[in-house]
Amino acid sequence: MTAHLSWNLVSDVRQLLQFPFMVNALRAGTIVAVVAGAIGYFMVLRRESFAGHTLALVGFPGAAGATWLGVNEGFGFFGFCILGAVVIAALPGGRAREQSAVIGTVQSFALASGLLFVSLYHGFLTGLNDMLFGTIIGITSTQVLTLLIAGVIALVVLAVIARPLLFASIDADVARARGVRVRVVGALFLLLLGIAAAGTSQVTGSLLVFALLVAPAATAIRLTASPVAGVTLSVVIALVVTWLGEGVAYFSPYPIGFWVTTFAFALFLLASGWRALADRRLAC
Amino acid sequence: MTAAPAEVVTARDASVRRGGRVIWSQVDVTVRAGEFVAVLGPNGVGKSTFLQVVLGLLAPASGEVRVLGGEPGHANRRIGYLPQRHAFAAGTRVRGVDVVRLGWDGDRWGVPLPFGGAKARAARERVDEVIDLVGASAYAHRPIGELSGGEQQRLLIAQALVRRPDLLLLDEPLDSLDVTNQASVSALIQQVCRSQSVAVLLVAHDVNPILPYLDQVLYLAHGGAVIGPPEDVITADTLTMLYGTPIDVLRDRTGRLVVVGQPDTHEHH
Ligand SMILES: Nc1ncnc2c1ncn2[C@@H]1O[C@H](COP(=O)(O)OP(=O)(O)OP(=O)(O)O)[C@@H](O)[C@H]1O
Ligand SMILES: [Mg+2]
Repeated sequence: MTAHLSWNLVSDVRQLLQFPFMVNALRAGTIVAVVAGAIGYFMVLRRESFAGHTLALVGFPGAAGATWLGVNEGFGFFGFCILGAVVIAALPGGRAREQSAVIGTVQSFALASGLLFVSLYHGFLTGLNDMLFGTIIGITSTQVLTLLIAGVIALVVLAVIARPLLFASIDADVARARGVRVRVVGALFLLLLGIAAAGTSQVTGSLLVFALLVAPAATAIRLTASPVAGVTLSVVIALVVTWLGEGVAYFSPYPIGFWVTTFAFALFLLASGWRALADRRLAC
Repeated sequence: MTAAPAEVVTARDASVRRGGRVIWSQVDVTVRAGEFVAVLGPNGVGKSTFLQVVLGLLAPASGEVRVLGGEPGHANRRIGYLPQRHAFAAGTRVRGVDVVRLGWDGDRWGVPLPFGGAKARAARERVDEVIDLVGASAYAHRPIGELSGGEQQRLLIAQALVRRPDLLLLDEPLDSLDVTNQASVSALIQQVCRSQSVAVLLVAHDVNPILPYLDQVLYLAHGGAVIGPPEDVITADTLTMLYGTPIDVLRDRTGRLVVVGQPDTHEHH
């Protein structure tokens, strides 16, 4: 690879876009960032980050199993994440966030079976790294198309359930009395979360889904208390950190997951600091 | 002859079971449009349960309950509900206006179009109007998790009112308010009740803040209930009969009622 940073933004971007793999990476990143930013907002609001993280990890054995069987990795990611969402939604008690012990068990089982598949399929250590920490190389046009279809479906469903979901998330008792099917909406949301986690894992890797699913939303929520502004800001932050991360990853020897996470985390720290200052000023 | 106002809630010989136990039975109640009714009784007697039956969240084990001319639950869009002791977690970063707005259209599928014309404007105006009505304008744009219990309570009352309901179910709305605010919120509820002919079922532990406004009180007990004007129901004789244990009703110099000797219902079980 002849990555050469010229510090001239225009020529650097032009250089990036010369390579089809980079264009695909940017397309995939863009789709995933929009979906993760929007769904992540509701996930953080519902305090279901742990479920989201688990769903992302569930994608890892899915992908490893798919590679072992010689099936498209994307099917493994989506298949397992959606299955994981169904399992978590069906857990007794109904409120996924109160089931952290069970979710934790699912999580470690997922990691363990992922490693089993990896050892069954001999010798693809680079593939393992990519699954866990993400890669910008080798995202195919078919993968981009799959991400796009899944992303559009997820966003349409999210738009349809957005209001009842918000209602059920912050005030389940009143929502139920108003006729909102709180459990149904919650289960649908877990499915969306599964789709978002599966898509995000394919860019940032399973372990670093935090970067796009949690951090932008948590940052946005610290900056604004308006739901519409919150979702919008969360999507914008996810886009910015993805583009930055992919760009920098191209010019550096380190994996994309590291860069996206670093930028997302930096923004999160800044927003938390700003929030603390603003609260202190209010208190005086 | 003028027709009596429409019956909003009726229960005929109703009973309810929860976790295999009968909570209350033989309850007969009629609430008409525009009436202000207090639901009273000791802890655990089933006051909140009564509201849940009216909402159709819980089916009566026997007897008949009708709400707004149909089965409970069929017209919940016309009911404003404030659940009991309902505080938002401190980290809930959603504004008060958004919470009130959810009462307006939070149960609808889809998202409103951005800048969506007259309908959106009407919604916003109505939300501002009720927030103003409950006197919460000063803090309605702050995250609700950062507000005091009383401020949250006012916004939740606004949420219950925003769709101009025909029936208000308020479960201990005065709970986290100081004495001054208890008086002003009581007066506000009474004003809404009178001016818009809304029936109000209000669960309370202390009847005094609302006493001057009440049309009826509903006293619940394990084996039944009495309903009627406060001066008939909150008497030593009636309550002694209802609970089967000696109860006194005292009146202090300012006219406040004090019920003495109210039983702990848990002893019945
Ligand atoms: N979900 C439930 N499952 C089983 N039993 C319940 C449930 N909720 C309440 N109960 C029981 O039903 C009875 C009535 O409860 P309810 O909450 O209606 O009482 P309440 O009159 O509102 O009391 P309080 O004044 O404390 O609010 C109680 O004995 C309670 O233990
Ligand atoms: Mg109660």
